[in-house]
Amino acid sequence: MKKVPFQTALSLALLTALAPLSSAQSLNNLRIMAPASPGGGWDQTSRAIQTVLQEENLVKPVQVFNVPGAGGTIGLAQLYNAKGDGNLLMTMGLVMIGAIQTNNSKVDLSRVTPIARLTGEYEVVVVPAASPYKNMKDLAAAWKANPGGVAFAGGSAGGTDHMLVGLLAKEAGVDPRKMNYVPFSGGGETLAAVLGNQVAAGVAGYGEFEAQIKAGKLRAIGISAPKRQTGIPVPTLKEQGYNIDLANWRGIVAPPGISASEKAALVAALDKMHASKAWKDILTTRNWTDLYLSGSKFDVYLKVEANRTKGILKDIGLVK
Amino acid sequence: MDALHSLFAGFETALTPLNLLWALVGVTLGTLVGVLPGIGPALTVALLLPVTAKLPPVSAFIMFAGIYYGGMFGGSTTSILLNTPGESSSIITALEGNKMARRGRAAAALATAAIGSFVAGTIGTMLLTFAAPAIADIAVQIPPSAKFALIMLAFVTISATFGGSPLRGLISLFVGLAIGLVGTDLQSGQSRFDLGRPELLDGIDFITVVIGLFAIGETLYVATRLRKDKGSVIKLEGGASMSRQDWRRSWKPWLRGTALGFPFGAIPAGGAEIPTFLSYTLEKRLTKHPEEFGKGAIEGVAGPEAANNASAAGVLVPLLTLGLPTSATAAILLAAFQQYGLQPGPLLFVTNGDLVWGLIASLYIGNVMLLALNLPLAPIWARLLLIPRPFLYAGILVFSTVGVYSLNNSVFDLFLLALFGVLGYGMRRFDFPVTPAIIGVILGPTAEAQFRTALQQSNGDFSIFARQPLTAFILIVVALALILPPVLRARAARRATAAP
Repeated sequence: MKKVPFQTALSLALLTALAPLSSAQSLNNLRIMAPASPGGGWDQTSRAIQTVLQEENLVKPVQVFNVPGAGGTIGLAQLYNAKGDGNLLMTMGLVMIGAIQTNNSKVDLSRVTPIARLTGEYEVVVVPAASPYKNMKDLAAAWKANPGGVAFAGGSAGGTDHMLVGLLAKEAGVDPRKMNYVPFSGGGETLAAVLGNQVAAGVAGYGEFEAQIKAGKLRAIGISAPKRQTGIPVPTLKEQGYNIDLANWRGIVAPPGISASEKAALVAALDKMHASKAWKDILTTRNWTDLYLSGSKFDVYLKVEANRTKGILKDIGLVK
Repeated sequence: MDALHSLFAGFETALTPLNLLWALVGVTLGTLVGVLPGIGPALTVALLLPVTAKLPPVSAFIMFAGIYYGGMFGGSTTSILLNTPGESSSIITALEGNKMARRGRAAAALATAAIGSFVAGTIGTMLLTFAAPAIADIAVQIPPSAKFALIMLAFVTISATFGGSPLRGLISLFVGLAIGLVGTDLQSGQSRFDLGRPELLDGIDFITVVIGLFAIGETLYVATRLRKDKGSVIKLEGGASMSRQDWRRSWKPWLRGTALGFPFGAIPAGGAEIPTFLSYTLEKRLTKHPEEFGKGAIEGVAGPEAANNASAAGVLVPLLTLGLPTSATAAILLAAFQQYGLQPGPLLFVTNGDLVWGLIASLYIGNVMLLALNLPLAPIWARLLLIPRPFLYAGILVFSTVGVYSLNNSVFDLFLLALFGVLGYGMRRFDFPVTPAIIGVILGPTAEAQFRTALQQSNGDFSIFARQPLTAFILIVVALALILPPVLRARAARRATAAP
């Protein structure tokens, strides 16, 4: 009587041991690290990926866990230590590239395996509805005349908003070190500062200002996209003569030291996810712009973006 | 009239059996996470977001609102019973509430907290219903310099209010301010006092400090004295309800707490903490029983508890009308709106009126449910105190550790927790009040940010603090609060010596 359960247990153990072999490179048991607290952009992206991968039967099961801290660089260090783990992914983005440099992180993105860029959001420059500045040219002229007197509100120092103002300063002929950038810790404080006429202009992702722009309480005078976006009636900075293309993008990377076939399996799973209707639906409801880029193209993009970020942060004076 | 009509339509949405069920789930969950230290409504809603993606938006928001209000009710329970606040907004409640519990009046303290929360929550929700857009427009106009002045007011009143001597209160406050400095500076992006540890770059989470100083410190203190005073088992008296005198002493603090809490909730970066501090100070000044303060005065529980619930309603004003989150939970709620492709703001009432009014109606219902849930529970919770202390405090240690670990999943935080526990024990042992330190940790970074933002906006001109009328007014009050008491005391002393 006692032998039967033992045999069952043995065969079960064998089955589980053999399972990864039998399903070769189709993925099982994926874990996604969101290097931030629950509720933020990286967390939402991770959970959206989890939902679609499971619903479309691309990977099962998928687990999301959070490793918050230091602009994602604590998660990055953990990912680096998980060398060779082909069942682990981490969400990241432009903000992490900035944090690596401002925090002097020991691990940077050249040490991990790039998988794909997924989504992004373009930045808008807004002024209060009663502001005398009708377009970017008006604002730039006032700014050039008095760099310290024109205050810009945005997110934390060294983040995407700060980078955009730095790029704008250079394009407008203002010394980036002299500009008056007022950082807020997020949570809508930027919006409050602009609505309360406490600053000349505000910078954030389009979504953060959308409701106020549509209600006519804020005027959007420029978007950081390469061309006009459908459904967003805002002129680009580029068409006004400021050569800027900056998206607050989010992507996904894997630990270093995974095999070429493991990387291929991960890229393939995300390619399929991107092609699915479920993913497209999520992009529409969340207002995320599709910026999908995978494989070797993303490898190159990551390097270029790291260099560009370093340049901007140097100009602003945040990195030596 | 228009609002009233919409509100009735909202009640039709919220009173369906299914939505009532979600409201009940929400308030129950909320009360639970409010009771557990470290786990707050913000984290709970964030973790529930992906799960609720399949629910209709109205039901999901009704549940979230229940969690939000429930957390505010539940936070007071552990404060009162165990001197270990579950949320930052119930730190002040621990001061008098725990003293009441030690005198055997736990049930009355829990009852005044629950009824006060109900009164404040209901009045706050009414203000939200009828005056939201107007209040929101005023709230965003409050400049950073005035917010800085308000925090100075909180600092001054708080250090004078606590502990045996103002000097001990000030030392404790500065310990907290120093802890608050750790981490990346928001304005310059440079890191301070990080000791080369990346874990410290984001600063020290105030929840770790709160739980360390209160829960762990208290546990260590009790453990060291366990052999000395074996016999002092807390008696429970007075039953579940409040006496006639308790009612008489509670209703005014409830209303005053509401008046303080609601506007602070609506101000960006206002928060639920400052009004609880101010309410406590106010009640201490106005009370007819000053001798009871510090020994368990019911006014000191009723006022702050009403203030924190009213601020919870206040927070919803800018969130719904402007899309402006003014607290951590509100930021997560904003993310929840976005998950459904909704954008809170001036147009939300037009485009999704049924959702918004259903949500507001559910707040009234949630408040009633919370009262019905918490009032009968008060005597049952109070029985927790009958658990032998070694078991009780072992349980607190377990929940505290799990709560702190769940913040960042970081073992480093547990070392910090132990460190603050020892600090909290030391402060108790040598008679330093713990609360000013916590206030320093919470408000110090905000004060610094508002001060520097004000200067950035004036391009470095310090006269902004004198030119801005509201700022100047509050700063004069601060100066008077600092100067007047010693002057008056000196005069009284002179008169006393001159009299005979």
